[in-house]
Amino acid sequence: MFTYILYALAITGLAISFFRDRQKTKMALVKAWKAFENILPQILTIFLVIGFALAIFPPEMIRKLLGSESGIWGVLAAAAIGSVTLIPGFIAFPLAAALLKSGAGYMQLAAFVSTLMMVGIITIPIERKTFGLRSTITRNATAFAFSFVVAIVMGVVLK
Amino acid sequence: MSKQKPMMQSEAQNASGQKPAQPGSPKQPFLKRYGAFFLLLAAGVAAGLALPDLGRQALSNTLGSLKEMLSVLPPIFVLLGLLDVWVDRATMVKYTGKGSGFKGVLIAFLLGSAAAGPLYAAFPFAGVMLKKGSSLTNVLIFIGAWSTTKIPLLAFEAASMGLKFTLIRLGLSLVGIPLIALVTEKTLRKQDFEEIRSLNGVQ
Repeated sequence: MFTYILYALAITGLAISFFRDRQKTKMALVKAWKAFENILPQILTIFLVIGFALAIFPPEMIRKLLGSESGIWGVLAAAAIGSVTLIPGFIAFPLAAALLKSGAGYMQLAAFVSTLMMVGIITIPIERKTFGLRSTITRNATAFAFSFVVAIVMGVVLK
Repeated sequence: MSKQKPMMQSEAQNASGQKPAQPGSPKQPFLKRYGAFFLLLAAGVAAGLALPDLGRQALSNTLGSLKEMLSVLPPIFVLLGLLDVWVDRATMVKYTGKGSGFKGVLIAFLLGSAAAGPLYAAFPFAGVMLKKGSSLTNVLIFIGAWSTTKIPLLAFEAASMGLKFTLIRLGLSLVGIPLIALVTEKTLRKQDFEEIRSLNGVQ
């Protein structure tokens, strides 16, 4: 649904741009393609790695790891899994909801969801192309620590 | 809009000229850039042939990601291109540059939250913002917002995890995202800032 809004925006923008200046519109498309192609090799590699990782460690296994009585180890496991995997939100949230039903705690799920969104170990090669290595590592490390804060607050508030 | 003319011209010359600071990789040969991918693909095919069940699952996972990418990325990158070409440096500096203050933070937050699509698509976008003169803090806030407070995803989160979970996480993120940005920026040394500038072709 939101993707359609994005498409509408892009198409409208392109149309306006095209009427105002064809040359610049062409340049915009060239830049769009270049920016995309610049990260394409990393993206393809990541997809392969994730494809295999999720085949080897299926969601059922994740469910077991984050079970109700997993405690702090469960939180650690959740944060670790969330940091290394790349699951789109539209798959991750139903998965998290299913985990909740099957007995995972809010604390573990908060750590999982938060690291999943903010920490991207596997996308570091892409991130460092824009931000450099030091900034990339600091951002991911800080976001990792922050995810534990989120987990603890959830654990206290939602028990 | 009227005062952006001279800026645009110099940009146009840059693009049509010998392209001085093309952000990212300096033209590397195809094989070098895609080598890791093809090696992995070969290993994957071999593993898939040896263990057909695993291979089938991995293939369907990979194709799923690919499908997601192809459906979401085109508009994001088109918008990136339009931003690059139409928004001039002066405007970007004014709204999200150093000294844009709270307004800049707010714009970075809204821009990131309005996004859709995976985080890896945010990095090239962030690169354009940096090139155009956004402050690093604001760009990091943009990244944080893109990763965590995306509006369509929040709705989805509320539906699957409950409103309370979503609101607590949102509340913490509103504090955490600027904090992460500040901490990240504080740890950078002079040469790191220079690296970021040269990576993104900031003049």
